[in-house]
Amino acid sequence: MQQIFNFVIRNKTFLLFLLLFSIALALTIQSHSYHRSKFINSANFLTGGVYGTMNSVDQYFDLKTKNDILAEENQRLREQLLNTNTTIDSTFIDSTYAKEKYRVTVANVYKNSYSSTNNYLTLNKGENDSIKRDFGVITSNGIIGIIDNTSKKYSTALSILNVKSKINAKIKSTNHIGSLTWNGKSPIYVQLEDVSQFAPVKVGDTIQTGGESSIFPKGIGIGIITSFKSDISGDTYTIQVKLFNDMTNIGTVYILENIDRTEISLLEESNNE
Amino acid sequence: MNSVAGINIVRFILLLLVQVLICNHIDFLGYINPYIYIIFIFLFPIREERLALLLFSFMLGMLIDLFSDSGGVHAAAAVSLAYIRPILLKSSFGMLYEHQSIKFSTTDIGSLITYISLGTVIHHSILFSLEIFNISSILLVLEKTLFSSIFTIILSVLIIILFSRNRK
Repeated sequence: MQQIFNFVIRNKTFLLFLLLFSIALALTIQSHSYHRSKFINSANFLTGGVYGTMNSVDQYFDLKTKNDILAEENQRLREQLLNTNTTIDSTFIDSTYAKEKYRVTVANVYKNSYSSTNNYLTLNKGENDSIKRDFGVITSNGIIGIIDNTSKKYSTALSILNVKSKINAKIKSTNHIGSLTWNGKSPIYVQLEDVSQFAPVKVGDTIQTGGESSIFPKGIGIGIITSFKSDISGDTYTIQVKLFNDMTNIGTVYILENIDRTEISLLEESNNE
Repeated sequence: MNSVAGINIVRFILLLLVQVLICNHIDFLGYINPYIYIIFIFLFPIREERLALLLFSFMLGMLIDLFSDSGGVHAAAAVSLAYIRPILLKSSFGMLYEHQSIKFSTTDIGSLITYISLGTVIHHSILFSLEIFNISSILLVLEKTLFSSIFTIILSVLIIILFSRNRK
């Protein structure tokens, strides 16, 4: 017994180092598996508060660019409104089913990073605004990411610039689907993988969300094809996609909630059984 | 509260805020950021208990992790740097360390740069290998370590020289 105590006292520095290092390592490993970074994330009162204070100063510096983006979006929406063909869908027999499918919440970006390989955004809306995990995040240009953790007033979103992110996407002109990933290098380009060799891929084509997952609606813009090459196996293409969004400069985002999401996932679960 | 503790607490908070509010958003050439919060570990009083340094480094790293959503990578790297600090001190200051008489404000600049460079490279290589966590992208780890280290070393040395009071 005496010897054990002596050993602990003699090596107390090393033992403390070992303890702290293994705690840190455990948290690191946990954060590398998808949807597990529960304890250490910036959706909490301390970091949210600090980033909020900083944001209230910071936002004045690019008001002009934000105004331009808003004006551009208004113009696009106005065009859509004026050119819409007003045929009302008459297939709904009961009008209570014909309600909206997506609920939209506006949020400010408090923190955005793009230099690491696992990037997250911190947004200023949380559970109080009924934001939950797996809601989609977009801007007027295209997709940004998926909500990961939430607290009362804040939430973090897994950016598409994160090597863990995998989003269903398709080529707009041909409907061939693939999964959107990021190789951790440039914040301007993402990669569309597993596109079948049958797809007629052309440089300059638009990539959109596929609508197969219940997170994003179909047809939200992602980017433009800049180059593509065959996989090693030769069965699929890997496509370089230049993002519509400037991921290095995001001010305001929209959070999308699919209202039918629980119904869809329940239905899909019952299929798997 | 004596002045040494006071200075270190102020340094802790200031470096934390500067790191998360400014340095994490520099993104020079897309991905190069300096990690200047390790100045706190470099300048921690030598005569203090090593356990205290380990605990404070862990806290500082954890707080940086909280702010940058990075799991525990900064905590792990900071604790490792704090643990091997005596070896670094011995190899770069030699006899001065043996006599427990180093004053960072009066040591010659060469030893200081050696000390900071060694520490930074070790800290950054642990940081980036844990962050990327993938053997196949070892080139990316080395690249990030090299560029960020250069940035951190230059900034750290400048900050230490600027804020040390009685340098001739």
